[in-house]
Amino acid sequence: MSKIGVFVCHCGENISRTVDCERVARASEQIRGVAFATDYKYMCSDPGQALIKKAIREYELDGVVVSSCSPHMHEKTFRKAVEEAGLNPFLCEMANIREHCSWVHEKEETTTRKAIELVRLMVEKVKRNVALEPIRVNVTKRALVIGGGVGGIQAALDIADGGHEVILVEKDPSVGGHMAQLSETFPTLDCSQCILTPKMVDVGSHPNIKLYTYSEVEKIEGFVGNFKVTIKKKARSVDIDKCTGCGECQLKCPSKKIPSEFDRGLKNRTAIYIPFPQAVPARPVIDREHCIYFTKGKCKACQKVCPAGAIDYEQTDEYVEEEVGGIVVATGFDLYTVGEQGPYPDYRGYGEYGYGEDPDIIDGLQFERLASASGPTGGAILRPSDGKEPKSVVFLKCIGSRHPSKGIEFCSKICCMYTAKHTMLYKHKVHDGTAYVFYMDIRSPGKGYDEFVRRAIEEDGAVYLRGRVSRIYRSGDHLIVKGADTLSGAAVEIEADMVVLATAVMPQPGIEGLFQKLGISYDQYKFANEAHPKLRPVECATAGIFLAGACQGPKDIPETVAQASGAASKVQILFSRDEMLREPVVAKVNENTCIACWYCLEVCPFKAITQKEIRDRKGNLIKRVAEVNPSVCTGCGTCAATCFSNSIDLAGFTDEQIYSEINALMAVGQDLFPEPGKEEGESPDEQAA
Amino acid sequence: MKYQIRLTGDNARLTREINARCGVDLTQCYQCGECTAGCPMTPEMDAGPTKTLRLIQLGMEDALFDLNTPWLCASCETCTARCPNDIDIALVMDVVRQMARLKGKKIPVKQPRVFQDVFLKSVENNGRLYEPGMIAFYNLRSGDLFHDVGLGPKMLFKGKLPLLPHTSGNREKLREIFRKAEAFEKEAGKETSREAHADPGHGSGSDT
Amino acid sequence: MTYAYYPGCSLKGTAIDYHTSAMALAERLGIELKEMEDWVCCGASPIHQRNPALASGVANLLLSLSKGISPQVAVLCAACYHNMKKAEVEMREDGKKRSEVEEISGIAFDPEVRTRHFLDILDKDYGLNALKEKVVKPLSDLRVACYYGCLLSRPPEIAFDDPEQPTIMERLLEAAGAETVSWSHRMECCGASHAVPLTHAVLRLVNDILQSARAAGAEVIACACPLCQANLDMRQAGILTKFGVAHNLPVVYFTQLLGLACGATGKEVMIEKGMVSAAPMLRAKNLL
Repeated sequence: MSKIGVFVCHCGENISRTVDCERVARASEQIRGVAFATDYKYMCSDPGQALIKKAIREYELDGVVVSSCSPHMHEKTFRKAVEEAGLNPFLCEMANIREHCSWVHEKEETTTRKAIELVRLMVEKVKRNVALEPIRVNVTKRALVIGGGVGGIQAALDIADGGHEVILVEKDPSVGGHMAQLSETFPTLDCSQCILTPKMVDVGSHPNIKLYTYSEVEKIEGFVGNFKVTIKKKARSVDIDKCTGCGECQLKCPSKKIPSEFDRGLKNRTAIYIPFPQAVPARPVIDREHCIYFTKGKCKACQKVCPAGAIDYEQTDEYVEEEVGGIVVATGFDLYTVGEQGPYPDYRGYGEYGYGEDPDIIDGLQFERLASASGPTGGAILRPSDGKEPKSVVFLKCIGSRHPSKGIEFCSKICCMYTAKHTMLYKHKVHDGTAYVFYMDIRSPGKGYDEFVRRAIEEDGAVYLRGRVSRIYRSGDHLIVKGADTLSGAAVEIEADMVVLATAVMPQPGIEGLFQKLGISYDQYKFANEAHPKLRPVECATAGIFLAGACQGPKDIPETVAQASGAASKVQILFSRDEMLREPVVAKVNENTCIACWYCLEVCPFKAITQKEIRDRKGNLIKRVAEVNPSVCTGCGTCAATCFSNSIDLAGFTDEQIYSEINALMAVGQDLFPEPGKEEGESPDEQAA
Repeated sequence: MKYQIRLTGDNARLTREINARCGVDLTQCYQCGECTAGCPMTPEMDAGPTKTLRLIQLGMEDALFDLNTPWLCASCETCTARCPNDIDIALVMDVVRQMARLKGKKIPVKQPRVFQDVFLKSVENNGRLYEPGMIAFYNLRSGDLFHDVGLGPKMLFKGKLPLLPHTSGNREKLREIFRKAEAFEKEAGKETSREAHADPGHGSGSDT
Repeated sequence: MTYAYYPGCSLKGTAIDYHTSAMALAERLGIELKEMEDWVCCGASPIHQRNPALASGVANLLLSLSKGISPQVAVLCAACYHNMKKAEVEMREDGKKRSEVEEISGIAFDPEVRTRHFLDILDKDYGLNALKEKVVKPLSDLRVACYYGCLLSRPPEIAFDDPEQPTIMERLLEAAGAETVSWSHRMECCGASHAVPLTHAVLRLVNDILQSARAAGAEVIACACPLCQANLDMRQAGILTKFGVAHNLPVVYFTQLLGLACGATGKEVMIEKGMVSAAPMLRAKNLL
């Protein structure tokens, strides 16, 4: 016979306003197996907890039901109190009579009855609870950072400075990311490369950082504290240890007409190339798709001129394994394109803007390259079609973003600021030119941000028009932009020399493949999901994986850097202990009944299930069964629900426990808890039985 | 500025009524101006479609029916095709015209209304449109007796104008559809108007 | 290839040249356009401007007339296509709308029925390669501006080509040997039925369109809508009076040009019907 205590909380008035808490306590006393029941105004307060502890000792309770708020709020509080009174914490459960009852119902008889029934269910469950012990896991104190933009760089440097080893993986030939492409940064107009390149150099030379550029994460196994990562080092065709970065090869390469990724197609590069002068590592790579030797079988011009003998056409992709304890995902963003067939096939392009095929319609990053001293024009604002200086430039915001009919509803957040910056950069270089901006709203919250936008309008004369643009078409030397100014109510037509589209910030195309390997969730746009949008913005729901920067959603540089430092801090918290404790609410396989159908293995979102071989003493294989790795399992229960042979149970949520709750609920067809003064029916025990 | 906006808590009624009749949700309109930007008729309009939708959102019925905008709409559907929120703005214009007619409002611009009427009358009478008769009738009704008369003889000469109207064996059937559709719209109009009145207060009506 | 052909009122009146040239072309290509019996007017734009439910009811009646010929309804006029296709798509996708329209028209909707513009039929059913084989007199050295107007591809749900950047007419005319120009006003509205009640606005719109076509070097505009043709062609005199600009740009139907390319005579495609005649220019190029 169980001896369970029921503690009914009023939560000030939150519960007692609609539920008769005293009656809930009295009715609870009637439930078979309940040895003690009481109610109190604030059960989570010190006196409330003391009351629970005292009752445990006094009545020698073997189980506790706290009937109050959601377990998300106070389960930890009460389990700790129970533990302090000498009881296993997992023998304490909560009946949620606040969110599930008092808050959502009016003050009436049925509300109190529902509260009583919720308590009864939990009592039935606790009767079948068993003591559980937390799981201990070792921690490998090395971190993996995926993505070498400013977010990945910051996270890697912080962790490395904290004294831990970092593996930094970047898919491109150099670290730097999009920030390296930018001209100036808002709201201070300081040079982007000037502030970024010192950090890039640090990353390249830090003794605690192992840099893998031109590499991708191929496979991830394991779990928090114990990940095993396979990294694919794509064949560079250059031995970077021999190479001195002299650049002779680039000069001699005959294949010179390849649109440069770094200059966003505004300039060409060679087939063997260093993406930009400040690249880290400053070592070239051969683009095999465009290399004449690789496509036609002869050339080898680079090999002939290389003084270091570093060119290696025979190089193949190489796979290396690294063990790490925590992972920071900093894969960043790319821009939506208005083209008919862009990298994001789910979203419609802008036929009304001619799919942006006119050379003088460019995007924000292309404008950055035009304005950048290291760019294709050496920093002069010249339009791509004929190299003339544009005297009127029209900037369009919210292209793709906030455009549900094209498939995207979110605000890209950074465009208002960078467009204001663009108008300034333009005006500072083309004094007799005019910048026009079509906007829907100006979103400039942030330190010094709104002042910056006002400066663009007031000091640099940018003409802001509140409206969208319906069409852009070419008319001779000009682009005709047909928009509206909703503040005056009029349609607006501008003869523009160049148009800059502030296109939506999107996750890297195809990034969901990596997220699936990591076992982290993402939203409809393929932005990675955080564990909680307010209180756990840096962590993923998957333990040991953290987020930094625009892979999670549109972010500017300060936010990315702040989050990267946050992620680094989270990693170091993880590394501060040699072993970690995890909640024991995990799945367990009954090896006797498992039929090895492997459905659990397929459905497990956290890759916690593996195949286990059972052998006899002679080492002969008897059978294979599923095995749950308790350090990885998050207790989501998907496997238990899927298991065909009913061989998986979730500790703390066994079938037996759940069914007893359901049975208790089914028995409540009759009036078990009549209102005071009314004739009582049969005793609740008999009914439940 | 001929109007002052008075917000009485009942302002969403007009939006609800139009939402219900068009199957659109005008609360989605965030006044971006794309419809006005692409509209071929704005130079002749009292207000672009954007402002027209705004007047609906604010429940300014008098100001709405004072606009020539719906009557100048050429039904090219550029606005509908490019609306970022997929609002069928051209249909809203149709329905505003229809509401003005059913509610007996004074039409701010005469000619398009007359054209619509004589066109449909010609169709209803003959089953098919008789272009010369329709134009003559239009000139009579609009008071613009010599409108386009210069074109008539040229077209006759080119053999582009038939001398007698064509009729169709389905003329009666067509008239019946005209009658039924008119009755249907009147009933639907009353119903949505009743529903919109019965549900005051909230911003969006279609889902309540 | 047999289609239930719905001509619509204009094609038996002001656009008789569109009808005649389409029939001549179809005959040469071996496409049978069998005219539906007892058809009525679709009501063009005024019908949905007055009452959208009426427009759908009439469209349902028209679609039902295809019974016994083919569920594929061939339409040439853009306004007819727009009204019928819109009603058809709406009824197929929205059960409530469908029963409303069936109630108003007293006719059951046949979900198998498909409204097809003749451009779409030539492109998808007949095919560019087959068309090329039928070309006997290539439209060489003829620079054509293809004009789509509004109603063929708006709303996007009824479009049979990219709704913002269609190429179907260019592809067909290029297959017939013509050179097509790239120009900005291919889909700008001509003012449609406002030509009568709001002539001044239509003059403004048409002037812009003609200017754009001429700036692109077009010698002729090809269109697929009787109202577009009428506005672009007939209003040139009014533009001369109002703006002092003499465009003198012939505006023909795409079927007239394709018909000529496939060997029809000028008379068979009624090439002389335009107010601004295309005949002298075509004759100079030896295409007539």
